[in-house]
Amino acid sequence: MTTNPKARIEEIEGSRVVTNVDPLIVKEHYEINYLHSYGQDSEFFRQLGKGKLMGSRCRKCEYVYATPRGHCMFCGSETQWHELPLEGKIHTYTTCYSGSESFLNEVPFHLVMVEFEGVNSLFMGRLIGADEEDIEIGMKVKVKFRRNLQFSATDVYFVPDAP
Amino acid sequence: MSRKSSDVYMVSGGVTKFRKADPSRDFRLRVKEAFDYALNDINLTVSDIDGSVSCYFSDHFMRQVMAGAMVQDYLGLNPKPSKRLEGGGATGGLALQSGYEEIASGRMGVCAVLGFETMSQVNTWKGNEFIALASDTDFDYPVGGFYTGYYAMMARRHMYEFGTTVEQFAMVSVKNHANAMHNRFAQSPMKLTVEDVRNSPMVSTPLTRLDICNMSDGAAVAILASEEKAFEICDHPVRISGIGGGTDTMRLSDRPFGEVPLLPNEKKSDYSGLRYPGVHSFRAGRMAAIEAYNAAGITDPSDEIDIVEAYDSYSSAELQAYEDLGLCKYGEGGSFIEEGKALLGGKIPVNPSGGLIGAGHAIGATGVMQSVFLFWQLQHSIKKHFGSEKAQVSNARKGIVHTHAGTGTYEAVTAMEAVR
Repeated sequence: MTTNPKARIEEIEGSRVVTNVDPLIVKEHYEINYLHSYGQDSEFFRQLGKGKLMGSRCRKCEYVYATPRGHCMFCGSETQWHELPLEGKIHTYTTCYSGSESFLNEVPFHLVMVEFEGVNSLFMGRLIGADEEDIEIGMKVKVKFRRNLQFSATDVYFVPDAP
Repeated sequence: MSRKSSDVYMVSGGVTKFRKADPSRDFRLRVKEAFDYALNDINLTVSDIDGSVSCYFSDHFMRQVMAGAMVQDYLGLNPKPSKRLEGGGATGGLALQSGYEEIASGRMGVCAVLGFETMSQVNTWKGNEFIALASDTDFDYPVGGFYTGYYAMMARRHMYEFGTTVEQFAMVSVKNHANAMHNRFAQSPMKLTVEDVRNSPMVSTPLTRLDICNMSDGAAVAILASEEKAFEICDHPVRISGIGGGTDTMRLSDRPFGEVPLLPNEKKSDYSGLRYPGVHSFRAGRMAAIEAYNAAGITDPSDEIDIVEAYDSYSSAELQAYEDLGLCKYGEGGSFIEEGKALLGGKIPVNPSGGLIGAGHAIGATGVMQSVFLFWQLQHSIKKHFGSEKAQVSNARKGIVHTHAGTGTYEAVTAMEAVR
């Protein structure tokens, strides 16, 4: 064992940026990778690649969910996959001119909630192919799928139905 | 109402001025300022406090986990009991109720509720992203990723169901910015017109920049006490007459289309044909109100409540809250604001402090801030604290605080009542 009273910590050419001196403010960067599992909802995302929009149907009370869930929120029973129609109607909508940092390069974009015939709940998605002033509640829309799958809920989107 | 041995009182409060950015001190010192304000107002010392509930919304904003423990430490409250509570935008409202439970259970005689948030360390867009992580990250976040978008769709459906107008939403913003002019703690006092609100930049149709509250750095502290302690340490305690909570689906798309849970002064026939809550109304707020009113013995909120501090993260959300809270019937929110009923001097002033739109929104602090403002109203001490009595509601005896999380995913309603 040796001791070294002259030991010096290594100097770093750091990437930390001082943005203010008093109070002292430094800029720090942070990023992370997640290995995110879709768990029991995996089939929904896989089926988007086959051009199918899968909701859920309760095995017991037969309530049909446009956005899938493994168990029924009313009776707690397990659900089964239920293929949704590929056309629906706008229940409500908005056009976002601002948003979160990750989406700023996509604005403006239209968000819609869609109702389907014979389905009890709604589905949220993006609408393309329409100007803000063309969109209205009750408007018929068609379901479309991204060809190059991102395995994200944005693999499904809506366009206006032909008039 | 007869007083029970488990009655809980609010005895003091403190708030920092909410600011867009307050980098000269960290969250611990901001809470200390609010805490000392509350202690000094009734000559308490740290040794009078039996324990605390701390609350902040997101660990992402500061990337400091267990920040509540750091506040407990900084205030000199160690080694007394404490915990951190989180519930989205309702965080402060839920923490106040957790403090209530500490007293009502007999566990503590005096409990401090410590709310705070530091939102300025990331830019507004990143802040919006962190907030949007409080939506389903598999189905909703990748598509919208923006709370204003979610609330805008709810506002749009409210307009469709009930004929509500964008001008009526704007009137809420005009009112709350104006009320904030009488509140020295408020972040955004402004004299505006409906045209100003409509002409400000569109954020998410139909909501403009001025329909939306700001993000803030801020802290707020409420001191709660048992009946025995309250009258010993405080000349004008305010009784917490009831707490209520409600919940709803995380995803807006899962909201059912059923029947309205009725208040005692409503009839089923009032809402024939209305499919509820859909995405036009907040069922969690209605459920929270019903529970709080039952506990407080309120049978007709539209007649018995004198003042409301409501969760106006968006102007539309306040208008929708009038209905959820039973200040008027569903569908009448638009006329309630248009007829001036929510104004200072109106039938039931809503957010005479300025609310979130006028006073700011430091998420974990917000519900506690709203509670402190209501407490001062019911104490009739607004002049002392705000530096002006213009915001004092002259007949304030019974009031409620209302907070939201998510798209009304958690909601908390707390009823308070003046006793002296």
